[in-house]
Amino acid sequence: MTKVKVYVTLRESVLDPQGAAVQGSLAKMGYSEVSDVRIGKYLELTIGETNRDLDVVVKEMCEKLLANTVIEDYRFEVEEEN
Amino acid sequence: MKFAVLVFPGSNCDIDMYHAIKDELGEEVEYVWHSATDLSKFDGILVPGGFSYGDYLRCGAMANQSNVMAEVKKAAAEGKPVLGVCNGFQILTEAGLLPGALLRNKNLKFMCRTVQLKVENTNTLFTNQYEQGEIINIPIAHGEGNYFCDEETLANLKANNQIVFTYSGENPNGSLEDIAGIINERGNVLGMMPHPERAANDLLGSSDGLKLFKSIVKQWRESHVS
Repeated sequence: MTKVKVYVTLRESVLDPQGAAVQGSLAKMGYSEVSDVRIGKYLELTIGETNRDLDVVVKEMCEKLLANTVIEDYRFEVEEEN
Repeated sequence: MKFAVLVFPGSNCDIDMYHAIKDELGEEVEYVWHSATDLSKFDGILVPGGFSYGDYLRCGAMANQSNVMAEVKKAAAEGKPVLGVCNGFQILTEAGLLPGALLRNKNLKFMCRTVQLKVENTNTLFTNQYEQGEIINIPIAHGEGNYFCDEETLANLKANNQIVFTYSGENPNGSLEDIAGIINERGNVLGMMPHPERAANDLLGSSDGLKLFKSIVKQWRESHVS
């Protein structure tokens, strides 16, 4: 089995009002050192046996479904598990 | 003229759309389930609002992967009119039929009220019954209607007159340049966040949306019936 961790984040040029609201709350709680909060998504894929190149396949999944590259960036890590 | 109203799991404006076409416009209309693989018998495709697939992952992302969307792309390529309203607009952007994307409303609130729109371009098959600059009352109901695109796309939208509707007065969602609805470059695919199908009869508070559907029919009759 292989685990793939996918991180999808809003592009830097895209405003994140949710993040801004969280930052506001943190500031009220006394954590004024937090200057910015960006909220993203974390997806964990468990991959069964395959002959396909995971770097290629997961990139495809990200481009086609997991991320919308108009507004989001993505990165992923492939972790072999024994 | 024969319209298809697409239905995804989680669509909830499909019945309003069907009613507007059948009872207010007086044209033929059928519901089409998302698994359909042939839309060739329809003259126009309507992608209604709602929360297809629960808006999981991103609004419209999963709906874009359904069978029927391949057919919608085909219909759009053939030049048939395709209208996406609200979640339908989100689906059309996910499908790449319209540029840009819809982000969460800037104020983080679900906005449900009637707003004023300005008709920016009447030279389209969706707006030929409106006056240039006309202010119309159409309801909105969305949490993610904040239109976004990069600068280059925005410049193209402006250069090609693809911004069809803008919010007049108050911008309810933080949308770029007050954009409420855009059309593709070819002029046969329109996406808009406000709901013209909910403004198809004065008893509903406004009939300003009906002219949009009348525009489609007028254009179709002129090119198909002589």
